[in-house]
Amino acid sequence: MSATVQDAPAPAPAPERKPEPDRPSYLQQVLDSTTTTVVVAILIALGLAAVLVVAADAASQDALSYVFARPADFFEAAWNAIYETYSALFRGAIFDYQAEGARRIRPITETMVSSVPLILAGLGLGIGFRSGLFNIGAQGQVLVGAAAAAYLGFTLDLPVVAHVVVACLGAVVAGGIWAGIAGFLKARTGASEVIVTIMLNSIALYLVSYLLTTAVLRQPGSTRPITPPVGENAMMPLLLGSQFRLHAGFLVALLAAVGVWWLMERSTLGFRFRAVGANQDAARTAGINVQRVFVSVMLVAGGLAGLGGAMQILGTDRTFQAGSAGSIGFDAITVALLGRSRPLGTVLAALLFGALRAGSPLMQTAAGTPIDLVLVIQAVIVLLIAAPPLVRELSVIHWAATLFGYDRKKAAA
Amino acid sequence: MKKIIRVAALGGAVALALAACGSAPEETNETSGGDETSATVDFTACMVSDEGGFDDASFNESGFKGLEQAESELGITIKTAESTDPGQYTTNVDSMVQQGCNLIIGVGFALEDAVQAGAEANPDIEFALVDSAFSDADFNPVTLDNAKPLLFNTQEAAYLAGYLAAGISETHKLATFGGQPFPSVTIFMDGFVDGAAAYAEESGVATTVVGWDKEAQNGSMIGNFSDTEAGRTTSEQFIADGADVILPVAGPVGSGALNAASQAESTAVIWVDSDGYLQPANEQYKGLILTSVMKQIQTAVFDTIKSSVDGEFTADPYVGTLANGGVDIAPYHDWEANVPAELSAKIDELRQAIIDGDLVVESPSANAVS
Repeated sequence: MSATVQDAPAPAPAPERKPEPDRPSYLQQVLDSTTTTVVVAILIALGLAAVLVVAADAASQDALSYVFARPADFFEAAWNAIYETYSALFRGAIFDYQAEGARRIRPITETMVSSVPLILAGLGLGIGFRSGLFNIGAQGQVLVGAAAAAYLGFTLDLPVVAHVVVACLGAVVAGGIWAGIAGFLKARTGASEVIVTIMLNSIALYLVSYLLTTAVLRQPGSTRPITPPVGENAMMPLLLGSQFRLHAGFLVALLAAVGVWWLMERSTLGFRFRAVGANQDAARTAGINVQRVFVSVMLVAGGLAGLGGAMQILGTDRTFQAGSAGSIGFDAITVALLGRSRPLGTVLAALLFGALRAGSPLMQTAAGTPIDLVLVIQAVIVLLIAAPPLVRELSVIHWAATLFGYDRKKAAA
Repeated sequence: MKKIIRVAALGGAVALALAACGSAPEETNETSGGDETSATVDFTACMVSDEGGFDDASFNESGFKGLEQAESELGITIKTAESTDPGQYTTNVDSMVQQGCNLIIGVGFALEDAVQAGAEANPDIEFALVDSAFSDADFNPVTLDNAKPLLFNTQEAAYLAGYLAAGISETHKLATFGGQPFPSVTIFMDGFVDGAAAYAEESGVATTVVGWDKEAQNGSMIGNFSDTEAGRTTSEQFIADGADVILPVAGPVGSGALNAASQAESTAVIWVDSDGYLQPANEQYKGLILTSVMKQIQTAVFDTIKSSVDGEFTADPYVGTLANGGVDIAPYHDWEANVPAELSAKIDELRQAIIDGDLVVESPSANAVS
């Protein structure tokens, strides 16, 4: 904030030249806010993805070969490709205007379903990021959580409510322990949590892959590495009837978001977490047991990630296999970063990623766009979020705003 | 810096302009005539991959080739959906239903539940599933009126490969490894081990197969179907142990085994799924491929689509066997001269015995179809 007013171009919209020199204009504040950065990053990602859609589209490629002879063909083909892709994405993720009856709103519920594990794992990671722990291990924590939930789901036979609660708690404990290992090692030996959690991801994958070949997890009488389906009572209750897959896990995820907000903003424990995240040495000097905070943070983060894994099994999949976690744990890192590690942001980011995930099948089948496009969109968003100045550099809005006195170089970054 | 960007941009524009100077095709009344004429038959066949994707150089790709063949030869419309994780199987099958597919083919046993649920909910749509039959929650086989399992008695062909390998081996030590312990993988290894054992018994030459224990159903797995480097190091260990014929059952990872074999003296590799000798990717090392254990997924998929287009679809399982050519071993190609005539004759004899039912090759992974 050391930039001074005389750097700014003359025609500023709010030229209140008061003695305090650092007061940025309203326009400056809005355009430099993280919300604007995130939204613009998403728009740029969609724009870049559109270029790829055109590049991969056979009709557009044909038309490009004679673009100077008849440019209209190319632009028509390109527009068709982009329109088909994004309308399919919209129809798959938000509202299917071509469907009949209740199926029209099914896409938005699918988006919510897909976002559940991402919200939970993302919340856990967010806590870690704000406490100065870069936990890359959500993937492993999701996986052991899912395995524990599946195990408790098909071995036990408990009454309604009790069974699903037990299975979820089992997942929380399993995920917590898995992350707790990294927290404990960091607290005791100073081992980098980044390395340890990455390694624990591999260990989790090979551990469950092994268990799936033994009687512990494998379906009896089968040679397939897949568990039996969990009991009826262990399934998350459906919220909107059997036509929709939306399950109570979505409410659990929202409650967890509120809980995390309370933990981080209102509780003493959360204050300690944030203090350690802000400055470990200062926190230690202030009498906070930093070692214990490391372990606590990882326990909470792992518990949430484990619960996210449980939602995948108890909410939708019903059976568990080595690939059940998909890329939830890694997507959740992006979700937490995109959500700025705040509960509300994480929920919104998870919904965005859930929408991309829910919309991609229709995008493939209706528009013939490769599913990899979704990965590109996600990756570009991450890239841009990591570099806000890059967003401002690429953004048309920010360029246009310079005409009205906006100064890109003045941004607080 | 700015100057460099400008020059680069100008260069790019010039290149683009030159590339784009082609003349426009004649304007015709029927818009985009070339593209739409392919769909002459009003039939849509759809395919959902498992998490391997259609470029896995293995069974997803074989299935996809069958679909493409149907598109070009039968003039139908095709739609595909790749899955990136098991959570998407149900949604992918569901979106195919939404897209009005006439026939939906799931590739891989992992899609069993999704295809089964789709078939039960949509009795007017036909389904097929590669590499798995259908079963209920208690794992009892079930038959669905509108869903056809496409199965392969791969162990029969693998048995021949095992016998051949044991006959060729100078060290009398063979090796095999898999990608992951899936039934569609271990079925190769079961047949291979049995074939080698049969040779040992007949010839009286003790032959060992490392990498797979059929009794315990346990052996060498590299953990995925993509890590070629792991395939290479695993093969190098086998070669160092004295093995001179290797059967990698892990799709594209087999090229790692070829690489390892190329560094060693007189070591051969047996390819899986398709004839590895003919694959462009293996051009450099094709001389090392003794034979291939082939599974005609492409043919099975194409035939299923064809019968569905002709209105002759039945839910009876297709079982690829040596008898119907659904599985077999590939020609020996460059190894032709190295395979003794009597061994080659013996292989033909065994093939006939299996076809006639005089010899039954067992595998716990074989599909129990009545």
